Amino acid sequence: MFDFLDSGQYDVLGAFWVTVQLTLYSAVGSLIWGTVLAGMRVSPVPLLRGFGTAYVNLVRNTPLTLLIIGCSLGLSQTLGINLGGETFKETGFRLAVLGLVAYTGTFVCEALRSGINTVPVGQAEAARALGLSFFQVLTLIVLPQAFRAVVAPLANVLIALTKNTTVAATIGVAEAALLMKEMLENEAQAVFAVFAVFALGFVLLTLPTGLLLGWVAKRVAVKR
Amino acid sequence: MKISKAAAAAAVAVALSLTATACGGSKKDAASDGGASGGAKDKIVVGIKFDQPGLGLKTPDGKFTGFDVDVATYVAKELGYQPDQIEFKQAVSAERENLISNGDVKFIVATYSINDKRKERVDFAGPYFLAHQDLLVRADDTSITKVEDLNKKKLCSVTGSTSAQNVKKNLAPEADLLEQGGYSECLTGLENKAVDALTTDNSILAGYAAQEKNKGKFKLVGLSMSNENYGIGLKKGDKELQTKINAALKKMVEDGSWQKAVDKNLGPANYKNEPAPQITEGS
Repeated sequence: MFDFLDSGQYDVLGAFWVTVQLTLYSAVGSLIWGTVLAGMRVSPVPLLRGFGTAYVNLVRNTPLTLLIIGCSLGLSQTLGINLGGETFKETGFRLAVLGLVAYTGTFVCEALRSGINTVPVGQAEAARALGLSFFQVLTLIVLPQAFRAVVAPLANVLIALTKNTTVAATIGVAEAALLMKEMLENEAQAVFAVFAVFALGFVLLTLPTGLLLGWVAKRVAVKR
Repeated sequence: MKISKAAAAAAVAVALSLTATACGGSKKDAASDGGASGGAKDKIVVGIKFDQPGLGLKTPDGKFTGFDVDVATYVAKELGYQPDQIEFKQAVSAERENLISNGDVKFIVATYSINDKRKERVDFAGPYFLAHQDLLVRADDTSITKVEDLNKKKLCSVTGSTSAQNVKKNLAPEADLLEQGGYSECLTGLENKAVDALTTDNSILAGYAAQEKNKGKFKLVGLSMSNENYGIGLKKGDKELQTKINAALKKMVEDGSWQKAVDKNLGPANYKNEPAPQITEGS
């Protein structure tokens, strides 16, 4: 039943490695972009607050497929912005990371903002009274506590991101979902076996993430 | 007393709704039978592509056009079904075998290449058409004349398709291949010069080039990079239907409707079709 795996025709591990790379790059990128967005949303400058709110609500409610195809058709093929990629393989990967960061950053931002709300107002007021600037209050007092409160929600975002990387197949990034499409085209007699292999692959990627970060969340949570 | 009355009423209501749904359910089952009983009043369900201009396309007003649709209509007529008794169902490439073996469709006419792996799960009638993998380029582009030229070019095809795999593994491993979700996305890139050529079966390419909005923009190169024998997929072991469909296809070629259907659907792209292939399946 699983003999198509032995034919040597399909590089399943290679495809999942691309999935892992996509996830890691996008996770780092969206953590940074999400933190910046959260900072904007709680900042005292109305213009930044407005931009943050508008961006989050616009991008969060746009389907990811639309964003990624928009990156490929709009940015790359129509405007010729290839992010320094020489071949379609490089360009596609970078565009996919861009799309995933733009999208996942909004969820990181909102998770983080809920974490900021768990920090008692008195702490920020005390820090202000000591003469710290807004930036110092945010980075030294509020964010470190906020991050420790939202490890579990961020783990959910990371797991969702892992699965969302499959959308990159629509612009030709050779990750797991693209290989699955190829295999379904060739091995139609074993549709369920192919499906099972990829379902298992994603469980193997996401389950340990959830368990590990769940444990971390318990360890670092600020007990109030 | 009051409570038991209410309970009785509720029980009756539940029983009624159950029988009602049961009725609806069984009716629906009969309708989605794929026309297996074959009576004159029944419908026949035929699988086609909904998104391939020139072959199988569902137009915005809900009509169906294309060469595959014409073949399906002709075959259904020979089986004793009028055009208004045909129900077209979308047959996405990856789902074709399941649609047939589950009995959701009676047969599938959807650029369905005959090959041995597929024959493990379904039987074919035909072939009714011979296509080749070819390239579509901008009308003023003369830089591609042979397969080797592709190694220095930017190519576009559909994710996971046989044509894309064929390029990667056999034809031009060094070509810069972009895999998109659909051929329309590839056309955008081709028009904007982000890619140099679009590759798949020449019949599908001709369908796109023949579309009203694309006329004069693109041309076929005319390379025959593979042989794709399109067959009509049907349930494994249904020899009777296979024989009937083969007879219908033969008749369609002999009375000239086959050539007429090709000219009507693929003609405007200046596409030279192969003559109707010999029927090889199930003889």
